[in-house]
Amino acid sequence: MRDRTLWTWHIGAGAVILVLLGLHMVIMHLSGTLGFLGVQDAEPTGWASVAARAGSLFFTLTYVALLGAALYHGFYGFRNILMELNPGRTVRSVINVGLSVVGLALFAFGTWAALAAPGAATMAGG
Amino acid sequence: MQTRGHPNRLGIRGWVGGGRWGFERYMYTLHRLSGLALLVYFTMHIFVTSTRAVGPDAWKQTMSVVSGPLFTMGEYLVFAAFAFHAVNGIRLGAIELGFAVGRPIEPVYPYQTSVGGQRRLARAVLMIAFVVALWGGLDFFVWK
Amino acid sequence: MAGSNTKQVTFHLRRFEPGKDAEPHWEDHSIEVTPGMTVLDGLWKVKELSAPSLAWRSSCRMGICGSCGMLINGRPRLACNTQVSELGSAIVAVAPLPNFDIIKDLVPDLRPIFETHREMLPYLLRDDTAEQEDPTREYRQTPHELEQYLQFSYCIKCGCCMAACPTVATDAQYAGPMPLGQAHRYDSDTRDAGFDRRREVLAGGSGPWRCHFAGECSQVCPKGVDPAKAIQLMKRQLVSDLLRLRRRTPPAAVAEAPHGTMRDDIPAAPPRTVTEA
Repeated sequence: MRDRTLWTWHIGAGAVILVLLGLHMVIMHLSGTLGFLGVQDAEPTGWASVAARAGSLFFTLTYVALLGAALYHGFYGFRNILMELNPGRTVRSVINVGLSVVGLALFAFGTWAALAAPGAATMAGG
Repeated sequence: MQTRGHPNRLGIRGWVGGGRWGFERYMYTLHRLSGLALLVYFTMHIFVTSTRAVGPDAWKQTMSVVSGPLFTMGEYLVFAAFAFHAVNGIRLGAIELGFAVGRPIEPVYPYQTSVGGQRRLARAVLMIAFVVALWGGLDFFVWK
Repeated sequence: MAGSNTKQVTFHLRRFEPGKDAEPHWEDHSIEVTPGMTVLDGLWKVKELSAPSLAWRSSCRMGICGSCGMLINGRPRLACNTQVSELGSAIVAVAPLPNFDIIKDLVPDLRPIFETHREMLPYLLRDDTAEQEDPTREYRQTPHELEQYLQFSYCIKCGCCMAACPTVATDAQYAGPMPLGQAHRYDSDTRDAGFDRRREVLAGGSGPWRCHFAGECSQVCPKGVDPAKAIQLMKRQLVSDLLRLRRRTPPAAVAEAPHGTMRDDIPAAPPRTVTEA
């Protein structure tokens, strides 16, 4: 695919990340802020909260969407940096194939975790 | 390109610049560094959080490993990098899609450039990122 | 004779003699600088007094020809356009423009950018070849349409932007601010119909996607061309085209002949006062 298309996706993925990662940050890491907003969540990284989110279709879908968008955005940005180091033709192909394989593998692994988590929660009686 | 004289390309030193270079050059460098840091963290984050698929024991064990003041500090640095990268990313998106660079103008001395035109936006980005990072700091360390 | 308003300034020069020097080295020359003296004038004085073999490229000495781009006190500038006094320093460090091979002393090899410039097809591309070769009239263009590219057409190809660009510093494949700015100059000209042909190069890896708005090119441009602006506007055009949002308009047509009646009360020209021998 040509750089114009890849770059356009990179910007689009950035916009998706902005919304989803913003939500993620507030929910997971800014519990004090949530408290101001009147949401007194239990410890967000506690197993009960994790199991509850794993069972929610909304959270599962947004996890997978955020995972895909963030991996694409990050790996395309990394590819930019590597390409600007002026590698030779062979190294360019290695970078393209290597980053695609690693990115897809991480996506597959993360998606598996998101889909398998509800099962783990049910088994544990969560 | 075949070399025709003595090579004089600046190399990576040319990325960092420094000293006499403009304000936006530093934001360019910081955007790159924060992006790389976020990518490294994100890759580790995928592995750490995936332990939830194994079961509560694995999850609790992992969480106990990644807790403590050192990890909280590390997470906070990632949050600060995110704050800058996100706010500056909005600026870059607006600029690179041609919305925040202004229209072509007649170049009359002293020249006005698109870089000067978005300088206020760039300053606002730094200020907003600082405020977000400060807010995050209060949440991470004070309101907890 | 040293006057009250002259100043002793050291010219710290980067020298390189091909075939003799393995690496470029610095050399100091002290000269007296008078008010209004440019760095280019200073170089001439150094050559006259102490370094007869010093080489650089210059021509018009008035910021038009784009020959004397140099790295002056760490910033790419035109030597003829920079007064020694504006540098505010007793040391004037002059080196050849970085990111170009050095031919000799302060002479950079600018051929790579001229070649890339040519790849951008920097001329009006139209179907009416016969009209272009043998024009009947001008192509119609409003002042507003002219304004969309006029700024970018002031480029003198001095290479200062290429020397300042962080991407060009490592990436030999990237077209760079000068050629890209010139591609946009023609892509935004309403008389041109070459967008699709230029897109072949621009949508690829050497195109504007390697620009991340460090902004250096526009800050150093001695002509106010603002290549960074051209590159961002070009990305907008190319992305709109990808998303099928770009409005396609045919290139401007040949202007119609003026119509109306000829005034019959125009006085005749006065008789000639000079006769040909």
